[in-house]
Amino acid sequence: MMELLLVQGLNGLASAASLFLVAAGLSIIFGVTRIVNFAHGSLYMLGAYIAVTLFAVLPRDQLGFWGAVLLSAVAAGLLGALLERLVLRRLYGAPELFQLLATFGVVLIVQDAALLIWGPQDLLGPRAPGLRGAVYVGEARIPLYDLFLFAVGPVVLALLWLLFNRTRWGTLVRAATQDREMVAALGVNQRWLFTTVFFLGSLLAGLGGALQLPRGQPATLHMDLDVITEAFAVVVIGGMGSVPGAFLAALLIGMLQAYGILVFPKITLVLTFLVMAAVLVVRPHGLLGRPQGAARALGAGVEAVIRPAPPALRRLGLAVLALLLVLPPFLGSYAVSVLGEIAVFVLFAASLHLMMGPGGMASFGHAAYFGLGAYGVALLVTNFGVPMLGGLVAAPVVAAIAGAVFGWFCVRLSGVYLAMLTLAFAQIAWSGAFQWVELTGGDNGILGVWPEGFLAGPLPFLYLTLAVSIGVTLLLRRVIYAPFGYALRAGRDSPLRAEAIGIGVRGVQWRAFILAAAAAGVAGGLFAYGKGSVFPTYMQISRSVDGLMMVLLGGVQTVSGPIVGAVVFRGLEEQLLRLTDYWRAVLGAAILLLVLAFPQGIAGAAQAWWQRRGAGTGPAAAGTERGEAERAA
Amino acid sequence: MTAEAGAAAAARAANGMADGMADGMPGGAPVLAVEGLEKRFGGVHAVAGISFAVGAGELLALIGPNGAGKSTTFNMVGGQLRPDGGRVRLAGQDITGLPPRRIWKLGVGRTFQITATFASMTVRENVQMALLSHHGELSGLWRPVAKRHAAEADALLARVGILDQAERGCGVLAYGDLKRVELAVAMAHSPRLLLMDEPTAGMAPRERVALMALTARVARESGIAVLFTEHDMDVVFAHADRILVMSRGRPIAAGDPETVRNHPEVRAVYLGTGKTSGGH
Ligand SMILES: Nc1ncnc2c1ncn2[C@@H]1O[C@H](COP(=O)(O)OP(=O)(O)OP(=O)(O)O)[C@@H](O)[C@H]1O
Ligand SMILES: [Mg+2]
Repeated sequence: MMELLLVQGLNGLASAASLFLVAAGLSIIFGVTRIVNFAHGSLYMLGAYIAVTLFAVLPRDQLGFWGAVLLSAVAAGLLGALLERLVLRRLYGAPELFQLLATFGVVLIVQDAALLIWGPQDLLGPRAPGLRGAVYVGEARIPLYDLFLFAVGPVVLALLWLLFNRTRWGTLVRAATQDREMVAALGVNQRWLFTTVFFLGSLLAGLGGALQLPRGQPATLHMDLDVITEAFAVVVIGGMGSVPGAFLAALLIGMLQAYGILVFPKITLVLTFLVMAAVLVVRPHGLLGRPQGAARALGAGVEAVIRPAPPALRRLGLAVLALLLVLPPFLGSYAVSVLGEIAVFVLFAASLHLMMGPGGMASFGHAAYFGLGAYGVALLVTNFGVPMLGGLVAAPVVAAIAGAVFGWFCVRLSGVYLAMLTLAFAQIAWSGAFQWVELTGGDNGILGVWPEGFLAGPLPFLYLTLAVSIGVTLLLRRVIYAPFGYALRAGRDSPLRAEAIGIGVRGVQWRAFILAAAAAGVAGGLFAYGKGSVFPTYMQISRSVDGLMMVLLGGVQTVSGPIVGAVVFRGLEEQLLRLTDYWRAVLGAAILLLVLAFPQGIAGAAQAWWQRRGAGTGPAAAGTERGEAERAA
Repeated sequence: MTAEAGAAAAARAANGMADGMADGMPGGAPVLAVEGLEKRFGGVHAVAGISFAVGAGELLALIGPNGAGKSTTFNMVGGQLRPDGGRVRLAGQDITGLPPRRIWKLGVGRTFQITATFASMTVRENVQMALLSHHGELSGLWRPVAKRHAAEADALLARVGILDQAERGCGVLAYGDLKRVELAVAMAHSPRLLLMDEPTAGMAPRERVALMALTARVARESGIAVLFTEHDMDVVFAHADRILVMSRGRPIAAGDPETVRNHPEVRAVYLGTGKTSGGH
């Protein structure tokens, strides 16, 4: 028993090393540039893949091996610097949400690039020459390479300390981490500083990726998101911008994972994020972090005045509704299923918009509520044979309960911390679905969730989907125009003023969180019946990002934005899926384009155009603001 | 007079005011009574023991040079900051350290030195929000805001002179007009205490006097107690019933405008600094 504990502990320490390298890089980059860099995980992945290639071409001796490791790290560093110069440099002044999304766009592009270069199969690296053996403590076998990794963490920590405390560059980095304006005032060449910081941070990520290989862990196409969510957790727990904090937190997470697997084998992933959530709530700035300046607003131009839909738009909405009523019988079965899906995603996007737009809370984990609604339905149907009506009622209830619990924590934070916490909760939900195989079937999902009775046919089910999705979407719109929606917006615009006129901002935000979760749950429940099955992918980060894309594509500051965005996004995605295998890269490029060139979204642009030309009847403006028929509800 | 003795005298005067007010009040307690309020920010003793009282229909001006601790005092009374020491009583009820929304519910309206309005709403909607809150209708999920209390909101806007701006977004308003919106919002709750931190900053001189004259009239008519601060001495001396001068967190003089104007230390510390500034 003792030996098992020892082995597990050492195992945990060894995995902590890589995690620390990645998290330290992420933390340094955040500290100086205030960018939460999703693409950091991609650089870790690239470090691993490049190492695989270099291991193959360089000689298989000590020099070749360690040379390959270092070269991979440097290559990742250079790619990181390139990323900074090409993309992120343009985003330093942008809202945090846009920065997060842009870096996620890069993740998608890099995934497809790696697929193109290295192919879909997992790639193993060689064992480290000279470190292939193991030492034995009693029965317990401890690989020499793991012992080497234990040393890596503290050595890198010490090197970084020297770098930050003994060089002029390091002093600048520390100064910038504490006070960005001051550095600008000192006349430091900020561009150079940022680029080099990205180089160092990405180098650490690449090193972490390369060093994982000799442990027998392969380079895979999903290691980027796997590591980045864990690294986020580490950085948040340690304190954003704090390297020693990252070290502590990586150890903590490493040990938690190692021992957690003995005690709670089903929820090791959950444990990580539970710790993160607990730390965020008790010490919002992490174990060793300092408060950052006030969080910037998350959405661009969210202060735009929301006005009632002009009559032309209402008429158009009614026309669209009428069309949706008469058209389906004439559609093919493929079109019927796509239309139903689009309707579901309109509702999903509208629910996220309530939080992001009027609520000002950017959620990076909204898919959790969609997925929980879907799983709620699936579990009730398959385990208890609950009828469909019951399932559709249960979906929002399950999601709302989760929203109440998660939201209670989330509304205590703002800005990136809020986004991170929503992400953490979504990961908890996802890992529950993924790891709790007895209940959820794990990766295989739950099958056989079909609509029943007269609704079983595709056409009747489409009508049900349209009615429920559009109905709930219109209810959400109604809420935005009602006092509750205004109170929510008031809290976003000026918490100081809102509190001073008797609005309990957190309470309002919490209720909005629950409402948005419930609406997303309805969407998830419908989706489960529509597909006949549920999978953990319903709660993946990428699904949450899809939602963000829909809202931003449409325009976060308009009420019709999410509707337009969902229609366009799902439509495009459907086309892309059919046209190319590299749809991720196309999507990523679209995200970058949107964020860099088109931040106000389609409905936002249309609204601006409409207002410029006066309040006439404009088919073009109305054409993009479809579905806006509040009275038709 | 030494500085210490001066401060002690001012404190006596301020407390005396509090007592005097209390005696004169029908219900016994003044609308607002502040006793020994203190606040530290790290090493800065921003407010180091301030006491005063304001009665119904009375205008008390809290003045002092930049950094004297005026806004900090306002924020402790309004609940935005939690005092490190001292008491705040509203009509006898201890409200020290209550959150701002509770204090608002008890009948305190306020404006901020740096205006705080809802930028994504029109001027009218800003006032409607205060009215909805006043009527306890903030949780409504159904009936749109547009049709609620619009006439009442317009009446308040007309009173502060910006009815013509009712449809405009607060994000695009001139600073002086935002101050008016704040006043209308604060009035929407029919407050018994009005806190106004530099209410006329950003306005032309003639507008300032007019706005304060309006405030004074409304306050006297409706028996509202007003605590305000201003850097424009014309406004202060024209409308304040009494003045409390503070410097570096401490009271240095208190009394009616005439007394304060002639107070040697005030002249030295405050007016002696030369001109008065018109806010920020
Ligand atoms: N949140 C804060 N944190 C730290 N120090 C503060 C804070 N708020 C105020 N101070 C300090 O407290 C002192 C009093 O500030 P306060 O804003 O109350 O002055 P004021 O009298 O309103 O000045 P002004 O006429 O410039 O508005 C100043 O030294 C100020 O720097
Ligand atoms: Mg002030």
